[in-house]
Amino acid sequence: MADNKVMLSVKDLEVYYGSIHAIKKVSFEVREGEIVTLIGANGAGKTTTLHAISGLVKAKSGELDFCGSNLRSMEAHRIIRLGLAQVPEGRRIFASMTVQENLEMGAYIRRDSANIQKDFDRIFERLPRLKERRRQIAGTLSGGEQQMLAIGRALMSNPKMLLLDEPSMGLSPLLVNEIFSIIRDVNQSGMTVLLVEQNAKQALEIANRAYVLETGTISMSGTASDLAADPKVRAAYLGAAD
Amino acid sequence: MEFLTQIINGLSQGSIFALVALGYSMVYGITQLINFAHGDIIMVGAYATYVMLILAGTPLWAAILAAVLFCAVVGVVIEQVAYQRLLNKNAPRISLLITAIGVSMLLQNLFQLIFKSDAKSVSNVLPSFPVPIGPLEISSVTLITIATSVVIMILLQLLVKKTRIGKAMRATSEDAGAAKLMGVSSRNTIAFTFAVGSGLAAVGAVLYVGAYPSITPYMGSLLGLKAFVAAVLGGIGSIPGAMIGGLLIGVAESLTKAVGLSQITDAVVFGILILVLLIKPTGLLGKNIKEKV
Repeated sequence: MADNKVMLSVKDLEVYYGSIHAIKKVSFEVREGEIVTLIGANGAGKTTTLHAISGLVKAKSGELDFCGSNLRSMEAHRIIRLGLAQVPEGRRIFASMTVQENLEMGAYIRRDSANIQKDFDRIFERLPRLKERRRQIAGTLSGGEQQMLAIGRALMSNPKMLLLDEPSMGLSPLLVNEIFSIIRDVNQSGMTVLLVEQNAKQALEIANRAYVLETGTISMSGTASDLAADPKVRAAYLGAAD
Repeated sequence: MEFLTQIINGLSQGSIFALVALGYSMVYGITQLINFAHGDIIMVGAYATYVMLILAGTPLWAAILAAVLFCAVVGVVIEQVAYQRLLNKNAPRISLLITAIGVSMLLQNLFQLIFKSDAKSVSNVLPSFPVPIGPLEISSVTLITIATSVVIMILLQLLVKKTRIGKAMRATSEDAGAAKLMGVSSRNTIAFTFAVGSGLAAVGAVLYVGAYPSITPYMGSLLGLKAFVAAVLGGIGSIPGAMIGGLLIGVAESLTKAVGLSQITDAVVFGILILVLLIKPTGLLGKNIKEKV
């Protein structure tokens, strides 16, 4: 997989919020077919990094390249058209719309109704609970179901790559396992994944490679298994007392 | 019987308020902007009707079409010229509000400059004859107003619930950032919302002129404010809320007149606003929206 072509490349990314220097010279890349995870504590800059990629915040300098397109010069609503879909932090489903309508919003950029229908069927097959609740108002779903809906909604755009921002946030351990197994499934069907997580243990288990983000800079990187075995990572992020 | 007649008159007046209130509410839902220039769009629509019907002598349908299109264009131009930059920069709401009041004054003075400040008569816009319904005799204008509003509100519901742009409007109103991630252009959605809201106000204008055939550059102020009260009463941001709020305000006005208190009609309407703000600031159907950080 290390020889696969680079899909997303971030070089020397700098982001400011007013005078606060949130992201300092962050560089990383994601190759086709990989699951790459960006782990770090609260406030390390994980979400800001993702928002810079998806255009919700503007980077001050650096390069953001996705499959040959420069993301920095692009408005947020154009980026999904390149095949880069995001499952945002806190899920941010459209709570007053039905499950079905949320998924339709996921397919907003597409006009190929025959293929959209096929994707509906595929997603309902993979996430049968959404099918049962397709007419239900999304805000009435449980946290785990909402997370599944947010993932399903992102998949409905038929993306090349999926960005996931803390999909395990606020979920019970059982549901966390379920969400991670969905992510693994999606990846095995060929989807490239960039996963931002505080839950380092689970993230390192399913990822190929990982980067550790600390106060706005990348402090460590390597294969997920190397990082999972690293004493510093184990002490800081995996709760190991050694 | 008199009571029933007054209720029907109130519903007729109220459906005009509702059409205008929808514009306030839809725009607020998407931009959190209270567009105080919206009332003046009614005035623009009334003058457009006057120009087409009286000065150019076109048939009614052409005048309505022209008024709707012209108001939609004016609405979008106002959004693009006056509000867009402020919205893009996340300007404080007070700046938006002041801008809206400025646009309102600009429209009033512009139309005063063009048409002078004396009232223009636009009589017989809608066919007027008494229609016997059981023991009641209702004016055809009243019935046309109610029927037109009902049809338009059904069409609006279909637009918002069933179409792609309607879903984009709802999604943007709920979470503009998430809607962008789905590929929805906020800019286009906001422009479309202004166009629809202003078009509805134009229909309201034609119906209003049908009932009160005298127009001035300032006619939009009070009508707009009352429609705003209707939007707040129904729950600003809510489309069904604007409809219900409009009808309630219309009936309240009409009943106030019926009991012989015509002089305090306006006081009753704004008294309702004060009560709503004191008792249930989110309005009848409004949601308790948390301020986003």
